[in-house]
Amino acid sequence: MSRRGDLVFRVLTAFGGTLIFLVVVLMLLQMLEGSLPILGKAGLGFFAGATWDPVRSVFHALPSIWGTLVSSFIGLVIAVPFGLGVAIFLSQVAPRWLAGTASVAVELLAAIPSVIYGYWGIFVLAPLLRQVIEPGLAGALGWLPFFQGPAFGVGMLAAGLILSIMVLPTIAAISRDVLAAVPVEQRDAALALGATRWEAITGALLPYARTGLVGAVVLALGRAVGETMAVTMLIGNQPTLSLSLFSPAYSMASIIANEFTEATTVPHISALIAIGLILFVLGFLLNAGARLLVWQMDRRLGGERA
Amino acid sequence: MYAGNLKPGAIPVQTEAPVAMEERVQPLAGIAISTGGAADAVAATQPKIVVRNLNTYYGAKQALKGVSLEAPAHRVTALIGPSGCGKSTFLRTLNRMNDTIPGFRMEGQVLLDQEDIYAPNVDAVALRRRVGMVFQRPNPFPRSIYDNVAFGPRLHGLRKKADLDEVVEWSLRAANLWDEVKDRLRESAFSLSGGQQQRLCIARALAVQPEVLLMDEPASALDPTSTSRIEDLITYLKHDYTIVIVTHNMQQAARISDLTAFFLNGELIEAGPTSEIFTRPKEKRTEEYITGRFG
Repeated sequence: MSRRGDLVFRVLTAFGGTLIFLVVVLMLLQMLEGSLPILGKAGLGFFAGATWDPVRSVFHALPSIWGTLVSSFIGLVIAVPFGLGVAIFLSQVAPRWLAGTASVAVELLAAIPSVIYGYWGIFVLAPLLRQVIEPGLAGALGWLPFFQGPAFGVGMLAAGLILSIMVLPTIAAISRDVLAAVPVEQRDAALALGATRWEAITGALLPYARTGLVGAVVLALGRAVGETMAVTMLIGNQPTLSLSLFSPAYSMASIIANEFTEATTVPHISALIAIGLILFVLGFLLNAGARLLVWQMDRRLGGERA
Repeated sequence: MYAGNLKPGAIPVQTEAPVAMEERVQPLAGIAISTGGAADAVAATQPKIVVRNLNTYYGAKQALKGVSLEAPAHRVTALIGPSGCGKSTFLRTLNRMNDTIPGFRMEGQVLLDQEDIYAPNVDAVALRRRVGMVFQRPNPFPRSIYDNVAFGPRLHGLRKKADLDEVVEWSLRAANLWDEVKDRLRESAFSLSGGQQQRLCIARALAVQPEVLLMDEPASALDPTSTSRIEDLITYLKHDYTIVIVTHNMQQAARISDLTAFFLNGELIEAGPTSEIFTRPKEKRTEEYITGRFG
């Protein structure tokens, strides 16, 4: 009886495990097949060229790759310090009653649908950027190529900012759990050596938790790279390649979302599928890279930790 | 600003202060520290730590009730008693580690070299440099062996590599670990065995040159060989440091300590020279505990 149960269980789990693997492989194959027309025609030039013009049927991926990478980078640069700060506050500094309430608020932030973030971005963030922040930045740092050109409101900076708000709860919630899991003896060891609370956090707590913290950042990066709706509403949807953060841009996810229903020609559809393939591979590489990083840190410093 | 003297060998080997016999440890209310016979060896040294009528609370729960105890300089004072008797709480009031626990409150006096360490003008962070601590389970940082030992000195402003090298070597030698790790200082501290990790933690504590070393069951997670090495180390270290150790292990207390204090339910039942506590305890409950009738 129990032996038969074992067998059933084994078949079921093996089936589930294989299925996931198969789905991934099938998706990859399907996208490869779909993108063959454009890749066969343009070759590697598809990734390098700067033009995306459906009218003239010229398709290059670089503008949308650029838009995705830059907007995600902006989002993380802003969200990581804030998220980490929130996590340190919630797990180490805040009194228990406040930590509980604030934690719920942080998690609620993650539950807001992205289209709502997009609305807020259009009605609040973009006007604020257009009228106040972008002119201010241009005035103060206008000699940098990043802060030149007309202030549209919507554009790379708006997309990056909305992404930073959207990934903040991911970073904060995971980092908080990671920090809370660090054994209290680590903090005590630092305190007993005459460390201040701040020194104990930076010197003992964060290094101990670094693997998990890297994981939180990578997860946030994954969210930012794949985020579609809010970015589509705010990035400006112009396949341009500009250093200026004020300039409208396009991201891989939003170009697919915007144009797929309107794409009628084979090259257009194929180009969009190829961009999906890039997004897929990018996600895979990000994950692999993060694992490698963590693995290397572990090998260098060794030991088990949160 | 690293105030300590960093020359190896120039560690403050506090010469026995010329304490006159008349000035010896004053018997405190409630505890009898015998001053006769075998006790002279214990009493003829200045009290480094004096605790008077200490009450501590975690929220509404009282952990220690009116405890008064003295720990003489350059002696090992062992705190024994069953789990939950308050001995660890007592230990952690001596370097104000309990301050970090929400809801902790204390009454009474804790004097280090006659100075009240809970006085408003005392900085707990600075105090902990003078009163080092070793924990129950080895808790090295996830860093290299070298960086573990250098952590405290760096914290206190020591930057020059030559100076750090010196402190690290001195501390590891003092913790009797140098010969085992000198060729692998850059390796992770987690590559060491449990006993080595604990000696590394002792080296780490010594590196900030404390005057007092608090040890919270430092050998309870170790195998017998490692335990005996730690015990040898404690006996050796007491020449330079004042040591207060919590232990569950009665034999250990008997082997390494000069004074023993027996705690039960948050009260100090009896304290005195170890030889007397273990051979002629005055209290019935002490006798019952050390003969293994409870605990």
